[in-house]
Amino acid sequence: MSIKNKKIKSKENTDFYSPYTMKNAITKGDIFTKIAMLVMGFGNVARKQIGKGIFFLFFEVAYILFMIKSGIYNLSMLPSLGGTAQEKVWSEAKGIFIYTVGDNSLLLLLYGMATILLTVGFLVIWVESVKSAYKAQCNVTEGVHNNNLIEDLTSLFDENLHKLLLAGPLTGILAFTVIPLIFMISMAFTNYSKDGDHLILFNWVGLQNFIKVLNFNDSIGQTFWSVLGWTLIWAVFATGLNYIMGMILAIIINRRDTRGKSFWRFCFVLSIAIPQFVSLLIMRTMLQPNGAVNVLLKSMGVIQDSLPFLTDATWARVTVIVVNLWVGIPFTMLQVTGILQNIPVELYESAKVDGANAAVTFFRITLPYMLFVTTPYVITQFTNNVNNFNVIYLLSGGNPTPVGSTAGKTDLLVTWLYKLTVDQQYYDIGAVIGIFTFIVLAVFSLLAYRSTGSYKNEEEFQ
Amino acid sequence: MMKKTTKNSMGVKRRVTNVFVHLFLTVMAAIWVFPVFWVVLTSFSGQIGSYVSSFLPKTYTLDNYKKLFTETAILNFPLMFKNTLIIAVFTCIISTFFVLSVSYCMSRLRFKVRKPFLNIALILTLFPGFMSMIAVYYILKVLGLSEGAMIRVALILVYSGGSGLGFYIAKGFFDTIPKALDEAALLDGATKWKVYTKITIPLSKPIIVYTILTSFLSPWLDFIFAKVICRANASTYTVSIGLWKMLEKEYINDWFTSFAAGAVCVSIPIAALFIYMQRYYVEGLSGGVKG
Repeated sequence: MSIKNKKIKSKENTDFYSPYTMKNAITKGDIFTKIAMLVMGFGNVARKQIGKGIFFLFFEVAYILFMIKSGIYNLSMLPSLGGTAQEKVWSEAKGIFIYTVGDNSLLLLLYGMATILLTVGFLVIWVESVKSAYKAQCNVTEGVHNNNLIEDLTSLFDENLHKLLLAGPLTGILAFTVIPLIFMISMAFTNYSKDGDHLILFNWVGLQNFIKVLNFNDSIGQTFWSVLGWTLIWAVFATGLNYIMGMILAIIINRRDTRGKSFWRFCFVLSIAIPQFVSLLIMRTMLQPNGAVNVLLKSMGVIQDSLPFLTDATWARVTVIVVNLWVGIPFTMLQVTGILQNIPVELYESAKVDGANAAVTFFRITLPYMLFVTTPYVITQFTNNVNNFNVIYLLSGGNPTPVGSTAGKTDLLVTWLYKLTVDQQYYDIGAVIGIFTFIVLAVFSLLAYRSTGSYKNEEEFQ
Repeated sequence: MMKKTTKNSMGVKRRVTNVFVHLFLTVMAAIWVFPVFWVVLTSFSGQIGSYVSSFLPKTYTLDNYKKLFTETAILNFPLMFKNTLIIAVFTCIISTFFVLSVSYCMSRLRFKVRKPFLNIALILTLFPGFMSMIAVYYILKVLGLSEGAMIRVALILVYSGGSGLGFYIAKGFFDTIPKALDEAALLDGATKWKVYTKITIPLSKPIIVYTILTSFLSPWLDFIFAKVICRANASTYTVSIGLWKMLEKEYINDWFTSFAAGAVCVSIPIAALFIYMQRYYVEGLSGGVKG
């Protein structure tokens, strides 16, 4: 398997082999190509690709102007993140207090990061322009026609279609996912928090926050380990119970003797169709000490005092898992129904002949078969549960919270991260928590993803 | 004789199991339908306030719905509905285009950065989605999109900006369309653009409908992004923040039953779309061209 894999990989690499590399451009490029390394687009203009050349030159001029205007300043402020505080100064001339303009470390960090990314982007274009100049040079010596601008543009609809189609989505992903992530990650190495009044001016502090979070003796560290523990317990229970119970429900509904299959299915699907935040808010209201569930149980005489569904730590933990079952079981049921019907009937028949009862059949045949087929689904569910913000935040809000703690007893890493940043303004610790959440997820899922068949043999069915 | 008794006892056993199974399903279905049933009843309840003394409302009225749509001074539900609708329409157009483009490129076109992109996309989806939220907020602020009516633009950008990463399902669908079709068209001199628009897209109705509906629904279902970006700007609230606000301490007594009414109003269209979408989802998963 792995040999076959390697072959596919190396084949894919050789498919994209091109003689127009940076190395060749440096060693074999002529004078025009060399000048193009300084004046972008020069090589193209010299070879009558005027539109393309001007295009490259435009980028170079824009970048240089930007760097002179603000880029160099942005980069120079990045190491210190500014140090001038805003001050109130008595102005004799005007007879009033005026405020001097202070530094804002957050903006300096953001601008600095943006400048670095623009520089990286510029370098990519620079490399492309040099390669393009070298290609134009080779084409001229070999007597091959050089594309003009119109031909280049039409190629965007054919062999370069991916550039056209991916330009928009990639810009979106860069601007709203990648840059913010890098920005947040860099915050983990600063002391940007309300602790010590570092909300406007803050500094780089290296790995200090990471040490603080991992330290058992620090209050933040203790909270981290207990929240991490609960997050893992939650994810395992929420995923495992949902998976098994959803499957059992699907089996029961699909039994040969069950009447009104579509009616039962409808009852359960109804709960998925309602927006999750609506059903969770309803659940929260119903589970209050004076909510509908307690009122109903009291009027039936089952209990005297209200049950502390979301107010006692242990009750709350069980409650969120159970409510999550309510949310998740119908989903699993929908997902597995089709696959269940694909299990070979002979397996069940031979089990029946051997006298196996329903439980043995389930654990010996159904579950192993399903696990084999649906491992990627289970992994995705596990990651989703580690990141399950909605259920916890809308249902319990992470409560009950012990006095003086930043995290409640049902807080997951993600809801704690939210509280630390949005509510309590410990941005530095929040960023560290985010990174650790990522590490937990990455370790679990990347290994598992790579071992699944669908990743390895992506093109098997094409 | 002997045979008949065993057959009878088998039948009895089966009947007992069947009764048991149906009872079990009834109880389970009741648990699942119960909250839905309760919120519909509450939305018609004549008693104001969230602390109920009885499970079923004592009087029924339509006032809660009337209040929801006419009392706009404190919580302007019609405006929230309009906001969400506008945001949803634009998000839907942009996201659908992004998702289909990325999926097609990943499924059909072969280029140098394809594999790296697939791996990076996988890694990016592992970060908690709103970890970058604060950063996005500051970026929007620098761009001047964090105040007033521009918040709507900001929300559209936030919902559709990263949508290109959600290409897995559509890519899986495109993977099932036979490559022979593309190759035949390419041999006939069609450009790849023509193949994309004239062959792949027309064959992909289920997955396109699915993509359109999911991206249309996301602004209705999202709560957290809207909350961080809107902050205190009540004029740009979406329905989810509005409903959440109604359960805040200062509003819950006056607004609880209207919350139920609002929940019903929002859920019915979404549920309808969802059930409609489910069909396309199943079709989409089972692949493109059959036979």
